[in-house]
Amino acid sequence: MKKTLFDKVWDAHVVKEMKDKQQILYIDKHLIHEVTSPQAFNELEQRGIPIFRPKQIVATADHNTPTQDQHLPVKDEMSRNQLNQLNENCSKNNITLYDLGHKYNGIAHVMSPELGITQPGMTMVCGDSHTSTHGAFGTIAFGIGTSQVAQVFASQSLLLQKPKSLRITVNGKLKPGVLPKDVILYIIAKLGTNSGTGYFCEYAGTVFEDMSMEGRMTVCNMSIEMGARGGMIAPDETTFNYIKGREFAPKGDEFDKKVAYWKTLPTDEGAAFDQEYHFDAEDIEPMITFGTNPGMGIKINESIPTEDNASFEKSLAYMDFQKGQSLIDQRVNYVFIGSCTNGRIEDFRAAAKFIEGKVKADHVTAWFVPGSQQVAKQIEEEGLKDIFEQAGFQLRQPGCSACLAMNDDKIPEGEYCVSTSNRNFEGRQGQGARTILASPLVAAATAINGKIIDITKQFD
Amino acid sequence: MDKFTKLTSSAIPLEIENIDTDQIIPARFLKATDKKGFGENVFRDWRFDKNGNVNTEFPLNDKKFSGTILVAGDNFGCGSSREHAAWAVHGYGIKVVVSSFFADIFKGNALNNGVLPVQVSPSFLKSIFEEIKKNPDTKIEVDLEGQTITVLSSQQSESFEINSYKKTCLINGYDDIDFLVSMKEEVEAFEKARVE
Repeated sequence: MKKTLFDKVWDAHVVKEMKDKQQILYIDKHLIHEVTSPQAFNELEQRGIPIFRPKQIVATADHNTPTQDQHLPVKDEMSRNQLNQLNENCSKNNITLYDLGHKYNGIAHVMSPELGITQPGMTMVCGDSHTSTHGAFGTIAFGIGTSQVAQVFASQSLLLQKPKSLRITVNGKLKPGVLPKDVILYIIAKLGTNSGTGYFCEYAGTVFEDMSMEGRMTVCNMSIEMGARGGMIAPDETTFNYIKGREFAPKGDEFDKKVAYWKTLPTDEGAAFDQEYHFDAEDIEPMITFGTNPGMGIKINESIPTEDNASFEKSLAYMDFQKGQSLIDQRVNYVFIGSCTNGRIEDFRAAAKFIEGKVKADHVTAWFVPGSQQVAKQIEEEGLKDIFEQAGFQLRQPGCSACLAMNDDKIPEGEYCVSTSNRNFEGRQGQGARTILASPLVAAATAINGKIIDITKQFD
Repeated sequence: MDKFTKLTSSAIPLEIENIDTDQIIPARFLKATDKKGFGENVFRDWRFDKNGNVNTEFPLNDKKFSGTILVAGDNFGCGSSREHAAWAVHGYGIKVVVSSFFADIFKGNALNNGVLPVQVSPSFLKSIFEEIKKNPDTKIEVDLEGQTITVLSSQQSESFEINSYKKTCLINGYDDIDFLVSMKEEVEAFEKARVE
């Protein structure tokens, strides 16, 4: 039978078929962080169940960490307590932890791929919905709740029903100035925020084949924003070259053997999907969002649509935008470049390329937050830090930061923030904050101009 | 986990689509390391303004609405995987959430905490909202064994889907941990047999 990439990886991990379509799925790697793990550790402790496979778990501190003065004790007592608990839980259970300040510390979905922990054909989970990021490697990776974190702790497996399959094909060549973030924002704007629910999505076509691993991660990262539990891209030479030589990647013969296996994973010609969508690369432009879910996106030089729907109107009221309004020239006081969506080296390169030789708008507060210590180091080594500083920007220390504003990096009430993160939900970046999602290029252009500009004009 | 079989209650209507987990429980409340207290902050930024004043127009604060059933617009629970959202809903005292569509992860999290997500057709959802509007005391009966939801005043009824394993778990108050631990030998055998 012809199989999809998803089928191949999934079927290779089924421990047992149960009745009622339930399957026990084996989990290769389990990433954990401070926010969604403590209750799972407690649960197991209360029941006297040991952690089954501690070596397959990797922990990082990311959600609730400060992005300044990380060498000092964390000021907020509850945050400090949560981080301490992660530390205690990991040392008690022999789990590797990349704690604050560790050279490998970073956002789970930035750190794991760059260390070679994420590999094609694996199953990976994390108590975080953006675990879908790792699908860029041809990995089945998805977010789970804390009850499931406890289940994986106890058994290295989960009881699941196999999701349906969906393929999104984008062929053609992207226009200059169109980044992977624009591709995924475009897809979600076209399909809506629940179009992927119940599905695992494969992204196929020349656009993804031509994309870097960083770009593929940005795309897969936001699969959950259209409801899909995960997104995947077939592993190819780009994937293998990215993994080769990384800290925890297989080495020598072992690597070659793995590559031979990884090459068998792409979807068989003629394999059937439950749902398919096709888009043309030429139709995609730089995107921005205007509402309070990631599906409410438009091309940067388009106007906000007119829709008569109470939820749509509630959303516009929150954003203080009008139907039919253009967002070009919209004054913006806050810019955030970072997160598991766009906190990788390529994102900072894209920003630096635009920023070089220019100066930040006076009224803009901009937070540039690398996704990991490794990204921070590379930013410095490549001279991007100097470019940012000369333009008046300050680089912060790694973490999830203003993407979900659990730490002090909160956007004030009523303020607009052009953000490279993944969610523009009400209050996501702080109570009353108004988020406009965009690519690192659009974010950089906003930070320089102090307002949203029509970036397409720079490429005519 | 709480057991669930049958429930009759009035309902709280939340006629908003795409209610995401950041609305159900904002991120700043995710710093706790236990499951307690999240109910107090459910829908925090809709229930209270930033100075802590109660928004009396919000249905959860509106005295005419009460009960342990929450009726919400399409695509309830989208966004983050935070189980804190299910703990918050459960902690507030909600036993059933009714919507025409649920986000995947929230649905699973709810079931793992004894909260029953009942997916109904858009037209049935609309009629529930209308009935509650007419009479806020409208009683709704949710029968898990029979897999039916009935608006008692109008006798309108619809059946709903639930995976039969999850149904058994909910009726008996079981969760997956004990089951998966009991499968340890199979898991170990899988680990041994596996050739990539």
